[in-house]
Amino acid sequence: MKLSLNWLRDYVPLPDDVDRLVETLNGLGIEVGDVDHVGGVPGVVTARVVRMERHPDAATVIRVWVDRGDGVEHHVWCGASNFSPGDVVPLATVGTAMPDGRTIGSRGILGIPSDGMLCSPRELGVGGDHSGILVLPADTALGVPYGEVSGLVDDVVFDVDVTRNRPDAFGHVGVARDLAAKLQLPFTAPRPTLPALGNPAEATVEIVAGERCGRFTLTVLSGIVIGPSAAWMAARLSAVGQRPINNVVDVSNYVMLELNQPNHAYDLATLGGRDQAASFGGEDPARTEAAPAASRSERVNGIRVRTAKDGEQLTTLDGMTRTLTMDELLICDAHDVPIGLAGIMGGEHTEIGDRTSTVALEFAWFEPLGIAASVTRTGLRSDASARWERGVDAYGIDKSIARFVELLGETCPDLVVHTGAVDARAESLPPESRSTSLRVSQANRIIGVEVSRDEVARLLDPIGFTVTGDDPEALTVNLPSWRPDSTAEIDVIEEIARHYGYDNVPRRVPLSPLHGHLSPVQQRRRQVRAVLLGLGVSEVMPSPFLSADDLRRTGLDLEVLRITNPLVAEEDILRPSLRPGLLRAIAFNAAHRRPGVALFEVGHVYRPGPGELPDEREMLGVVLAGSAAPAAITAWREVAATLGVGARIDQGRVPAGLHPTRSAALVAGRDEIGAVGEVAPGVLDAYEIRERVAILELDLSTVLATEAKPARWKATSRHPSSDLDMAFELDEEIPAEKLDKAIRQGAGSLLVGLELFDVYRGPGVTDGSRSLAYRLRLQAPDRTLTDADTATVVAQVRAATEKLGAHLRQ
Amino acid sequence: VIDDIGAARDAALEKIATAAALDDIVRLDQELLGKRGTFTVLKSSLGTLPGVDERKAAGRALNEATSAVTEALEARRTVVTDAERDARIAAERLDLTEFVTAPRRGHSHPVTQAWERLEDVFVGLGFTVAEGPEVETDWFNFEALNMPESHPARTEFDTMFVDHAGAPPGSTVLRTHTSPVQIRAMLAGPPPLYLIAPGRVFRRDTPDASHMPVFHQIEGLVVDRDINLGHLAGTIEAFTKAYFGEGFTSRLRPSYFQFTEPSGEFDIRRPDGRWLELGGCGMVHPNVLRAGGVDPEEWSGFAFGFGIDRMARERHAVEDLREMFSGDIRFAEQF
Repeated sequence: MKLSLNWLRDYVPLPDDVDRLVETLNGLGIEVGDVDHVGGVPGVVTARVVRMERHPDAATVIRVWVDRGDGVEHHVWCGASNFSPGDVVPLATVGTAMPDGRTIGSRGILGIPSDGMLCSPRELGVGGDHSGILVLPADTALGVPYGEVSGLVDDVVFDVDVTRNRPDAFGHVGVARDLAAKLQLPFTAPRPTLPALGNPAEATVEIVAGERCGRFTLTVLSGIVIGPSAAWMAARLSAVGQRPINNVVDVSNYVMLELNQPNHAYDLATLGGRDQAASFGGEDPARTEAAPAASRSERVNGIRVRTAKDGEQLTTLDGMTRTLTMDELLICDAHDVPIGLAGIMGGEHTEIGDRTSTVALEFAWFEPLGIAASVTRTGLRSDASARWERGVDAYGIDKSIARFVELLGETCPDLVVHTGAVDARAESLPPESRSTSLRVSQANRIIGVEVSRDEVARLLDPIGFTVTGDDPEALTVNLPSWRPDSTAEIDVIEEIARHYGYDNVPRRVPLSPLHGHLSPVQQRRRQVRAVLLGLGVSEVMPSPFLSADDLRRTGLDLEVLRITNPLVAEEDILRPSLRPGLLRAIAFNAAHRRPGVALFEVGHVYRPGPGELPDEREMLGVVLAGSAAPAAITAWREVAATLGVGARIDQGRVPAGLHPTRSAALVAGRDEIGAVGEVAPGVLDAYEIRERVAILELDLSTVLATEAKPARWKATSRHPSSDLDMAFELDEEIPAEKLDKAIRQGAGSLLVGLELFDVYRGPGVTDGSRSLAYRLRLQAPDRTLTDADTATVVAQVRAATEKLGAHLRQ
Repeated sequence: VIDDIGAARDAALEKIATAAALDDIVRLDQELLGKRGTFTVLKSSLGTLPGVDERKAAGRALNEATSAVTEALEARRTVVTDAERDARIAAERLDLTEFVTAPRRGHSHPVTQAWERLEDVFVGLGFTVAEGPEVETDWFNFEALNMPESHPARTEFDTMFVDHAGAPPGSTVLRTHTSPVQIRAMLAGPPPLYLIAPGRVFRRDTPDASHMPVFHQIEGLVVDRDINLGHLAGTIEAFTKAYFGEGFTSRLRPSYFQFTEPSGEFDIRRPDGRWLELGGCGMVHPNVLRAGGVDPEEWSGFAFGFGIDRMARERHAVEDLREMFSGDIRFAEQF
């Protein structure tokens, strides 16, 4: 929404300090974006074209010599040629700061300087035309500021964001009221009155869809002569970005931008139905019969407001033919032919034309949610619909009609307002007077101030929230009809806070009675990240949206959760695994000459589930490109040691998509808590990854939630330890993990350290077996070990490992 | 004999004084004091001397000579050892700037870094950290937040819907903000609540330099007795100083959100005077408190929220948000 400072000043004597006004608007919740100074551009002067010439080396620009009244020929380059010698044009002299931010320099083309620039209307900020240079009347004086000769009005335009709760701020009057209250300046609202009414003229209104249209007024105005608007009005409309069209359309827009009352002027003659219009002036007995009340025009002209029939068509003002559904609210003519989509856009047929002399003027009230839903469904939006969606004052209509007439009267001295205006009302019309109770103590409690009853009234009354009652704990606040969002006490408290000023509320930090902390899960999550970073693995956050192809390539055949309205049609799967995102990242990096990346992600995965919500879990994914399975085992062991969790490496269960002979499930108790190993070669091929990829996946939802008991202290022995090396031959089918367990079990409490230091396959070892060499460190807490102790351990270990089928090598 | 001892001592001391290497010292030690060493031999020859006095005098002389030699050997050993160590030290000089291999540490994602710093700041202010699901019911995401079905405010969120067999179509969403965690936290336990809820959120926005369909937000919620707008402004200011630094200040401007009233937006003023629009905030709407099972007459609260990615972006001057989520190691390595 663009606000003109001149326009606001019609109702409130605002100061010149633009920065202060911006501050005030921001402080009222009317957020200011850009601030533009419009009007004449200082530095642009009038000049007469003396001669024009093409340059052989410049195809798109011409050389122009102009006279700025000083008798000197000034040379400029120009990209347009819509003018001739003798024409007067605007010349931006060197150094001029243009509205678009450019500063005119003298650097020309082909080494020939340019002594300024000739300007198009758009370059001067006076409209969108950029097809050529603005040509001024031939008798224009030369060398004078362009703003002076064109009658441009200097103005300041604020581009503001209007929040959903402030429909009144969609009109200059609403903003002026707010500013006046805040700055404690007098506020003068427009108080137009209707002139004496002319003879009756009938236009009928029938509200069929009363639940969608609460009020519909139709006023017939005649004596209209279509022409341009007065310069002041055209200047204001231009300033706020509204192109002036003709006096009727301009007044319609002006009233909307001033009072936030969207309205529509129909050519009355078109409201009798298309067939009627064709036989205008002729006799049509059937029609006369159908419209017995017809008076002068002998036709029934009027409006029906109803919902559309499914499949019904309407050509809107933008020239598009739209097929409607029964949820759309239509304005139809007296013969039920649709002529507009209510509150959103009019139809082509009833548009006023150059010869229109009589209009039927619509001011109405449409139910906001219905319009909002229509906008969403049709994708059609307009300045009017934005206002209807937020709620328009149902009781500002009478004043708005008078204002329309007053403004149009300036260009149409013979304007007649006819008696017989219709004011149809229906059940959805909100009540005219609404109120809520207010406790001053509650306002103070929520805002954190100590204001009195009178102070509350002083803040509220100027913005139309009138306070009555003396008991500060039982005040009644009448709610203005232009603030339909305000219904309850808390809404009024917001108004008090807004006008008290958020900046004026004393700030204090509340003293939390809780001790701030991270939960154990959150602390452990940080530990996981720290361990991985220490291992040289970097964190990434790829997209959680996958295509079916991503899953197929990854070798995952899972039930998945889908997005019904995905951003990219084929990426409609919510990831059931972090793996595709990580593999894509490896492939991406490899394609950019960065093989061997080590990446991890901590993120959610989603699966269909039976509950109210799908199954959602937090996972850790680690991929180590260029590394084989042992690297993943190392990562797992580091994470496991840090978190104090354990799991069996079960190579009997190979997770889908992983290397069949180099991967395992991580099993804790009965639960699979993750996977470790390498990505399957076929999957790597599908991603065009040319290196091994070690992988670790961990279900953090489970792992982080199982809190490790703190480690319990064991006394460090003061007695010497001794090392014992033992090598075993073990069948390839039996995991080393089992041998490890057997050794520990056999060695008993004297074992304080166990290390697998060599694995050997080859001559000297039975085929199908390998040799595993362990170093056992033995130590007693209370004595020095004897040879007998060592012999006992060897015997016990031997016995325990033989049960497993391992043979001690000599 | 005494002369012999004197001569042997002088000869020994001379040899010792010229010994250049540790090996020479060891050899001399053997030659002079070892089993068949000069002084050992001399000692054994003392027994053959005729007179007691003569033996005593010779013995004294030999002891003196032996100590002198031993001392000299030890002194020389120290000198030679030091010299050899100095020589080794000189020889094994390293140019430490030759060692330029890249650090092997991994790189934490800038969003995680911002996320954890934010958590730490609020933990310091007495807050706990709450979490919630990313796939949400429309009740938690909208309805409980004072946006009933068909409320036009809903359309501003560009919601993505999830096809979940357990719920009617259109009622399962990818959460559009972290605000549903407010409701979950209120329902989980009675006030007082001082919490933040950082997390991943989703909007159906086409990715560009400053928008992503998947991004991260942090939500703050305080519910306690007599919590007011001044507490909100004070908390934002305390956060601003703690997170950005002493030179930064904050301001609140009125705004509008469905789930708070009075509502505001908050801006951070940088030391250079520029304002940074950061997020939305306000007093928790009574309807939202009620949805969370909290009596708005007994308790009041404030909430605020802003983008974590935005903080990371500002801190590192990242021009294109898309790079943060590309998985490109060349991006990750910079942080």
